[in-house]
Amino acid sequence: MTAAKPCDPFLPYGGRGHRDPRPDQPALAVERLRTRYAGAAGWTLVDVSLRIAAGARVALVGPNGAGKSTLLKTIAGLIPVAAGRVRIYGNSIGACHHRLTYLPQRSELDWQFPCTVADLVMTGRYVHMGWLRWPRRADRERVAEALRRLEIAPLADRRIGDLSGGQQQRALLARALAQEACLFLLDEPLNGLDESTRDLLDDVLSAHTRAGGCVLAATHDLGRLAESFDSAVFLRDGQIENQFALRSEGEFRYPPRHFHGRVES
Amino acid sequence: MWEWIVEPWRYGFMRQALAATLIVGATCSLLGVYVVLRRMAFVGDAIAHTTLPGLAIAYLNRWNLLAGALVAALATALAIGWLSRGRRLREDAAIGVAFSGMFALGVALTSRMKSQRDFAHLLFGNVLAVTTADLIGLAAAGVLTCGALWLFNKEWMLTTIDPLHAQTIGLSPEWMRQLLLVLLALAVVSGIQAVGVVLTTSLMVTPAASAALITRRLPWMFAWSATFAGVGGVVGLYASYYLSISAGASIVLACTLLFGLASLAARWRQRNRLTAASAGCGP
Repeated sequence: MTAAKPCDPFLPYGGRGHRDPRPDQPALAVERLRTRYAGAAGWTLVDVSLRIAAGARVALVGPNGAGKSTLLKTIAGLIPVAAGRVRIYGNSIGACHHRLTYLPQRSELDWQFPCTVADLVMTGRYVHMGWLRWPRRADRERVAEALRRLEIAPLADRRIGDLSGGQQQRALLARALAQEACLFLLDEPLNGLDESTRDLLDDVLSAHTRAGGCVLAATHDLGRLAESFDSAVFLRDGQIENQFALRSEGEFRYPPRHFHGRVES
Repeated sequence: MWEWIVEPWRYGFMRQALAATLIVGATCSLLGVYVVLRRMAFVGDAIAHTTLPGLAIAYLNRWNLLAGALVAALATALAIGWLSRGRRLREDAAIGVAFSGMFALGVALTSRMKSQRDFAHLLFGNVLAVTTADLIGLAAAGVLTCGALWLFNKEWMLTTIDPLHAQTIGLSPEWMRQLLLVLLALAVVSGIQAVGVVLTTSLMVTPAASAALITRRLPWMFAWSATFAGVGGVVGLYASYYLSISAGASIVLACTLLFGLASLAARWRQRNRLTAASAGCGP
């Protein structure tokens, strides 16, 4: 990712500094990962192995309860790893948390909180601020840029509770951009969105991967699989059932009319 | 008229009571914003009620009452945080059990008190008997609470809106919640001074809930919540002085009255907006 290296926070959350990516390591390497929910009898994920190179867009597909959300949450550090290994840019979970962002399903946020869209997007900058630091001009500029990119700049002062579902999803993706994360973990990002929002999010994500970022998205939308993703991973009962490329290498990957979300003609 | 306004403040105990009410009001109402936004009103109530055994034990042993209340409140805050971690028991059920049990223990202990008047003071507070030493303690609790709110506002905001994102970036929602519970315990104990065990929650929840009705921005919510608590405190003290009613109860009643006015204002504003929109001149 070409973005400038963010300055290290003064007092980082979790007490750990931000580590740089290890050279020659994939963006995400999962090896024989097993997890289980506290108190549950069986495994939720069994020996899941996965490798994602920089610049890839990978779809995570499977029936409900297959473990898609669990896999994303484990990589994000929300569920402990029971066995196996997860490496993000060659580092362990937590050492690289500024390079990773997890977009939960919209229902997992408290949209009734009295804050503005700009405030919500600003929370993406928190990882670079850490404790006892407040937003500075550079942070505000990044937020404004992200809002523009997702075409919600006019909504910046709107209360988050007044947004439509599509606008909420745009705000969440804007937060991920403001965070300048490289690896995006998305849980059903396109669920219940209108066509124009889907196209915009698709554009933003493809621009992100072209710039060297990575996307791993759980999705139900099989119709868009081939046009929006490079490869797909099929998950069933916590195991990877199938994994294949959706596009052959060397094929032109993105239509030239899409460039930073604007149509050039 | 002027005489009517200044008369109560000729008395030292009324001035002390005013200072105490304003400090406690500010502390409780500012923290109350997060109590309301995080739907923790029940937790606040539980902490308030579980201070009763602490107060009773301190009273029977002639220890410092506030210290007894503080220990009990902190113990409850930590216990609630710990109990509701594993989600084995639903939080409201856990709190319900602990809260009524502890309150019953408090009542049982206080029934051994010789004077039922002291018991009434614990339950309903006695802001008119606040000493200068009490005021210093209240101010310290207030500074601590407001300072923490100012320093950690952004973290509480994030852990309230999106705890998952907070956890991904290494900010533990559990710890932020625990810290809030500890401050809640502190605010509750200072609230006990003013309005007593039973009514402390209302000092915390009512001004913040009123503020939530009339504003939709967090900074304004803090400002309005403190304003409501301050006005409620002053009005309550006047009512207490001129109508000879219990100060704690009249402060709470004044805050409740302000809540009623705020909800009327909110409804009126909403109707105006609707008529404006239907007339085609809305924004």
